[in-house]
Amino acid sequence: MSEANGILIVGELIDARLSSVTSELLNAGGQLAASLGQPLYAVLLGTNLQNAAQEAMSNGASKVFLAEHPLLNEEQVEAHVTALQQVAEQVQPSILLIGRTQLGRELGPRLAFRLRVGLAQDAVALTVEPGTQRLLVTRPVYGGNALAVVTMKRKPQIVTVRPKVFEAATNDKTTEGELVRVAVEIPNSVVRSRVVERVAQETAGVKMEEARVVGGGGRGLGGPAPFAELEKLAKLLGGAVGASRPACDAGWIDPRFQIGLTGKTITPELYIAVAISGACQHMAGCSGAKVIVAVNHDTEAEIFKQARYGVVGDWRKIVPAFTEAIRELVS
Amino acid sequence: MNIVVCGKIIPASTVTIELDPNTKRMVRKGVTHELDPAAASAVEEGLRLSEKHGGAVTLVTMGISEVTIGIRNALAMGVASAVHILDDAVAGSDTLGTAKLLAAAIKKQPFDLVLCATESSDSYSGIVHGQLAQLLGIPALTFAKEVTADGGRISIHRQSENGYDVVESTLPALVAVSSGINEPRYPQLKGIMAAKKKEIKVYTAADLGLAADQVGEKGAREKVLTIGRPPKREAGKVVTDEGEGGKQIADFLAEIKVI
Ligand SMILES: Cc1cc2nc3c(=O)[nH]c(=O)nc-3n(C[C@H](O)[C@H](O)[C@H](O)COP(=O)(O)OP(=O)(O)OC[C@H]3O[C@@H](n4cnc5c(N)ncnc54)[C@H](O)[C@@H]3O)c2cc1C
Ligand SMILES: Cc1cc2nc3c(=O)[nH]c(=O)nc-3n(C[C@H](O)[C@H](O)[C@H](O)COP(=O)(O)OP(=O)(O)OC[C@H]3O[C@@H](n4cnc5c(N)ncnc54)[C@H](O)[C@@H]3O)c2cc1C
Repeated sequence: MSEANGILIVGELIDARLSSVTSELLNAGGQLAASLGQPLYAVLLGTNLQNAAQEAMSNGASKVFLAEHPLLNEEQVEAHVTALQQVAEQVQPSILLIGRTQLGRELGPRLAFRLRVGLAQDAVALTVEPGTQRLLVTRPVYGGNALAVVTMKRKPQIVTVRPKVFEAATNDKTTEGELVRVAVEIPNSVVRSRVVERVAQETAGVKMEEARVVGGGGRGLGGPAPFAELEKLAKLLGGAVGASRPACDAGWIDPRFQIGLTGKTITPELYIAVAISGACQHMAGCSGAKVIVAVNHDTEAEIFKQARYGVVGDWRKIVPAFTEAIRELVS
Repeated sequence: MNIVVCGKIIPASTVTIELDPNTKRMVRKGVTHELDPAAASAVEEGLRLSEKHGGAVTLVTMGISEVTIGIRNALAMGVASAVHILDDAVAGSDTLGTAKLLAAAIKKQPFDLVLCATESSDSYSGIVHGQLAQLLGIPALTFAKEVTADGGRISIHRQSENGYDVVESTLPALVAVSSGINEPRYPQLKGIMAAKKKEIKVYTAADLGLAADQVGEKGAREKVLTIGRPPKREAGKVVTDEGEGGKQIADFLAEIKVI
């Protein structure tokens, strides 16, 4: 067997275009490729992959593998795992990067199992160890209370990477890469669970993950109604609302707005944390914000140790006044 | 419907985590443990399903002797019996080693459904259930925020990026539940008394037919090199609201030109 070589990025598509996470992976993978002196590859799954393949090349991939199969258009995990196993066995990369998206979190463990290798989930940093050339993966553990650096003994070294940790690759590279079609076989028998319905809960306005300003509400809001208050504020600033886990768990707001270790990562210009204590698991999802301001009635709240500006007091008074002041400023 | 819940028992949330620089692990020995809140949700879901569809719920856990308190807690919630994988040789197992041990223990009884939590609240890999399903040869349905069973089928609402998917499969299957799927019950006195009489089967790796080099530190494909604290942001200015708080934030933001 030849030596494992190359960094393989597992691409995800949104409306036939590369997802932003994929572009981030191409950037992260490109850096690893440079320090290892190995090529950067991408694999795309589904149908109609041409345009996305061009994008992947302009993002730095020198070869793009296309696994075309109608079953891969759906979020069918087993079909993806089966296809990726075949691609990985053919390409034999030394490193395989997957985005820690909803799909990626499911693909990683199963793919690692099939390839009989290890896996590190939720990477926030990737480096190459000088000398050994091993991949060192930094990942949060113990509920974000610690960061562990782990290595994997076998190849490919598979990692799921946290979205928004790396910048997106710039799309200025040559598009002269090579397209390689991989004939994947997906027997019907692998598809043992079925997605019978997809329910998309559309959000009006900006998406939280892309918003320039996010207003986050916590358990201290006490119920669903105050989120409307927060939304008013966020809208004025062209932003979106988010929440801590307890607020989502209580059903005050949909779980897709959860910010944190087990929720989404946001990197807005401004994060307004209202009635949120600032637990490290929450901060893991918003510490990439440029500026954090906080409103909390507890002087001792951890959030004040992390915010650029904090106001101690009752949100019921402060948020309406804040909204009013913003309204005046923008008008 | 026979249900096996895989639940981890971890240092209590009230314990300040200490990191052992030698093992690169959290200090667990001698520390008060509790049923992982994520596992408690899986237990609760198992109990609700068995109350509706009949059958017993069994807890399977791997951990040191300190975890017994958490096993008792699950038994007091209503779990019928427990399996405890207890063996010094399994210390330092990676996720695959853990999954192999859990799979071998699960296979010792008849089961229709295996319930896990999406990820544990301590080491937080979110990997074990995926491997476990492969080892057991059953479909895995993950990120469940709602679970319903009907005859030989199971259906879940799986959290998606912008909503949820309804995913179905036949049983036997594995389901990993998300936090917030339910509010776990508190054990009642009657349950606590009953728990004392319930059986906890203890197995070693050898009992489960696994050789020492397949599990524990030796069998691991991952190695933890270092462990440390995450960087903190710097604290800024804090003022107390005396009626002007809202305006003060707005002014500050205008001053630093964020708005
Ligand atoms: C493995 C793991 C993963 C986790 N993942 C996440 C995650 O992804 N995201 C997440 O958010 N959490 C997560 N958590 C939970 C996390 O540990 C905290 O429990 C959670 O973030 C706390 O949410 P909170 O700040 O809203 O609630 P609390 O900690 O209860 O804080 C509420 C705050 O509101 C303040 N308050 C109350 N009333 C008022 C008022 N009238 N005016 C002003 N302030 C008021 C209080 O002073 C308090 O500080 C996770 C935990 C674990 C173990
Ligand atoms: C600092 C640190 C970093 C690590 N990094 C990695 C890594 O990158 N890759 C890797 O493969 N391993 C890693 N490990 C090892 C991993 O933590 C162990 O293999 C552990 O046994 C599995 O842990 P988990 O809690 O993370 O599992 P998860 O995959 O998060 O667990 C998911 C679910 O599986 C079930 N489950 C898991 N463990 C048990 C148990 N003991 N008893 C009963 N049910 C259980 C529960 O339902 C749980 O909710 C790391 C360990 C440490 C201490």
